[in-house]
Amino acid sequence: MKDEVTTREDRVEALGGMGCKRKRVEDARFTQGKGNYVDDLKLPGMLFGDFVRSPYAHARIKSINIDKAMAVDGVVAVLTAADLEPLGLHWMPTLAGDKQMVLADGKVLFQGQEVAYVVAKDRYAAADGVELVEVEYEELEVLTDPFAALESDVVLREDLQGDGNGLPDGAHGPRKHHNHIFYWEAGDKEATEQVLEEAEVVAEETVYYHRTHPCPLETCGCVASMDKVNGKLTLWGTFQAPHAIRTVVSLISGIEEHNIRVISPDIGGGFGNKVGAYPGYVCSVVASIVTGVPVKWIEDRMENLMTTAFARDYWMDGKISATKDGKITGLWCHTTADHGGFDACADPTKFPAGFMNICTGSYDIPVAYLGVDGVYTNKAPGGVSYRCSFRVTEAVYFIERMIEVLAIKLNMDASELRKINFIKKEQFPYKAALGWEYDSGDYHTAWDKAMKAVDYDGLRAEQAQRVEDFKAGKTRKLMGIGLTHFTEIVGAGPVKNCDILGLGMFDSCEIRIHPTGSAIARLGTISQGQGHATTFAQILATEIGLPADSITIEEGDTDTAPYGLGTYGSRSTPVAGAATAMAGRKIRAKAQMIAAYLLEVHDDDVEFDVDRFVVKGAREKFKTMKEIAFAAYNQAIPGIEPGLEAVSYYDPPNMTYPFGAYVCVMDIDVDTGVTDIRRFYALDDCGTRINPMIIEGQVHGGLTEALAVALGQEIAYDEMGNVKTGTLMDFFLPTAWEVPNYETDYTVTPSPHHPIGAKGVGESPHVGGVPCFSNAVNDAFRAFGLTHTHMPHDHWRIWKTANELGLHG
Amino acid sequence: MSNKMHIKMNVNGEEQEFLAEPRELLIHTLRERLDITGPHIGCETSHCGACTVTIDGKSVKSCTMFVAQANGKDVTTIEGLGGPDDLHVLQSAFKEHHGLQCGFCTPGMITRASKLLEENPNPTEEEVRFGMAGNICRCTGYQNIVKSILAAASELQAAKEAAE
Ligand code: FES
Ligand code: FES
Repeated sequence: MKDEVTTREDRVEALGGMGCKRKRVEDARFTQGKGNYVDDLKLPGMLFGDFVRSPYAHARIKSINIDKAMAVDGVVAVLTAADLEPLGLHWMPTLAGDKQMVLADGKVLFQGQEVAYVVAKDRYAAADGVELVEVEYEELEVLTDPFAALESDVVLREDLQGDGNGLPDGAHGPRKHHNHIFYWEAGDKEATEQVLEEAEVVAEETVYYHRTHPCPLETCGCVASMDKVNGKLTLWGTFQAPHAIRTVVSLISGIEEHNIRVISPDIGGGFGNKVGAYPGYVCSVVASIVTGVPVKWIEDRMENLMTTAFARDYWMDGKISATKDGKITGLWCHTTADHGGFDACADPTKFPAGFMNICTGSYDIPVAYLGVDGVYTNKAPGGVSYRCSFRVTEAVYFIERMIEVLAIKLNMDASELRKINFIKKEQFPYKAALGWEYDSGDYHTAWDKAMKAVDYDGLRAEQAQRVEDFKAGKTRKLMGIGLTHFTEIVGAGPVKNCDILGLGMFDSCEIRIHPTGSAIARLGTISQGQGHATTFAQILATEIGLPADSITIEEGDTDTAPYGLGTYGSRSTPVAGAATAMAGRKIRAKAQMIAAYLLEVHDDDVEFDVDRFVVKGAREKFKTMKEIAFAAYNQAIPGIEPGLEAVSYYDPPNMTYPFGAYVCVMDIDVDTGVTDIRRFYALDDCGTRINPMIIEGQVHGGLTEALAVALGQEIAYDEMGNVKTGTLMDFFLPTAWEVPNYETDYTVTPSPHHPIGAKGVGESPHVGGVPCFSNAVNDAFRAFGLTHTHMPHDHWRIWKTANELGLHG
Repeated sequence: MSNKMHIKMNVNGEEQEFLAEPRELLIHTLRERLDITGPHIGCETSHCGACTVTIDGKSVKSCTMFVAQANGKDVTTIEGLGGPDDLHVLQSAFKEHHGLQCGFCTPGMITRASKLLEENPNPTEEEVRFGMAGNICRCTGYQNIVKSILAAASELQAAKEAAE
């Protein structure tokens, strides 16, 4: 047999399994312009929908007149709340337990809110129609500041005020003011305050994580097609969670779930923007039901930035206490969370502030408290996780700033302070003061590797020299060294405490092996650029011994894929990746029985070896997986059903906790505020590494999004509630010119509870990158008395900081 | 009275003739009228470059050009650069060096890069970064895009030298 001459290494290599830098199978179509994104879809008779949006941030709607719009050639229909009301679709539930207007019902709560939906033959006629819808508004007092909103007499949500017998509770318990949404807490407030009271040293700071937006290059959109003959609704769209969308559409429309097919085609980036359900989807479905033809809705960039899915907007008041020699004794945090006009955060039901309670970070902090107040304002709804697990970037930014602030208070080196307080390797699994159980970690090793790689002591010496030179008038540039050690919490999550709209956050994989030894696997997740078709095939190749190139991965069609909760929060690898491995193992278990039958030995006498089962002690006797696959279909094997298929639904026992050590070296021109990133070193530990090439790509991308957020990207409002950053002219997306080359590195600390030990990586660089860039800016001015300055650190703000510190002479 | 205009243009080597409102944007002509969906729409304000095509030898953002302005011109899109049987060097280099993730920016990136390499066949990394600054990518952080373009440049150079 020719197989015998190939070595084991050759056979491993031929599989293209886990750990290899497999090239992406997705790339052929994308590089040739043959991707299939939702806006590429063209169906016979398809109409185009477009929104009339509110120019005001808070106003009552006195009247809407659609006559002139209806007279436009090509306009087919104009929907308003009055049309949706009889169907009960003028409001819809949000993922956060609140509800949201689909089309303005009597008033508007933020600029850009959907007021009417114009349906026309093409996008030009729709735009003409939008221009001619006449809406009469009565302006109301605008609240854009969450602290002012909590004091104001102005009632934003009249629908939530009850019947005069006190404020009704919200989805997360009692509310203390008519503009208050929820109060949520973790940890031990009393004990923490006691510790702070008695502490040797306490550092305090207010850390604001500004409002921003995920802004994937492709905006949100959908095509709804109601087939009235069959009663079937097909909905194509930019959905990060197609199955959840199907369930939501069924619940709100009353169409039975089996009559709804949701398809996520290729998605042009998501980063959290495409998790939620938006009015555009609902209106398109209704329009298709009304008109009987398919209706397409595609957001433009301005609509995207102004209305769908903002991220962050957390005001975090912090106190951190320590002994004089730097051992942290307690952490206190109170957050005021600006949720905009509706609470449309994408968080698991029981976590209205997401996993913000990971804010003790990488440190062994004995006692801690976190309280979060959610507030309504006249801003866009959302609160999505922009390239992070639920509110984890806020948490990590908070603790990594507090560590720096504490280091200043203690007059201590910030690296040293971290090392003193890291959770030690032997403390894992580690139970954190705010409730989580960290699965595994080796922070000191990662940190030491990072410090060595960048020659940390050398950098500090250079920085000290620079300060001297600056003071002596020899240079106008300061040098900042940004440090960050982050711990993420991803892979939501265990069904016992994680659900969205009551749907447990498991995920799934179904595998069919074809007779000739190739396979198709379908998953409940959906790639938005992460390369699932490539990496999941690698996991399977290793698990089932068939080449990755012979395995098709399919996602995103609810008619064919098993139910899953989708792709966000770095959950694909931790949850669906695990489901994939487990389904693969079921295949292998059956293959073992088939092999034993074919080899005429007992099941226990064969063992798996790369791509085959061999007879123990007689390795020259074997059956390859290819042979076994064929046998599964052509032999009548006693006691074994024909075929070779498996499905697995994986409910993770715990989250996974990727971590990493980042260093940023930055020069800052104090006269222009211009930053120059000289060096960025990123060490990531995401457990087992499935495809190093893809991991590296994820790290580059995440760091670049972090750079954007830290150095300029924001959704800003004026006091009238006007969005000041509604186009890419004002909303900062870095280009190749502004972005440095990154150095990547790694350690491997597998997750002990994950079938293949992988933890997920897509979001780590964003979560770790933001504080690292910000710390570098703050650090540059430390020698001149700066403790903390808010992001985003654009040139103007940095110039202002320098000016306030008296550095402009 | 129809306000439509008679338009003729050559797209990827094929003559196209049709009536269109002069206000129609070229990107919509390509995508919706001619079913050439490689070029994408990321902003419609000339910032992102997802819609980049080549017109009469120059890189153009087709979202901010009226179809009337493209009348009589030669237009090349990603589809005209290479296909399954005749991949452009850049198309294989982007795959080889992981120069894409979601792929949404990729057609515009590659179309722009193909012009860049014609304008400057032997660019430095800095020149690539500067020459590509009109094209935004949200996924890759550019490092591997730059790598892909530099690799394609050396490959094209090597092929040229071999031919000489
Ligand atoms: S769509 Fe043309 S530049 Fe963005
Ligand atoms: S690959 Fe997604 S925008 Fe470039």
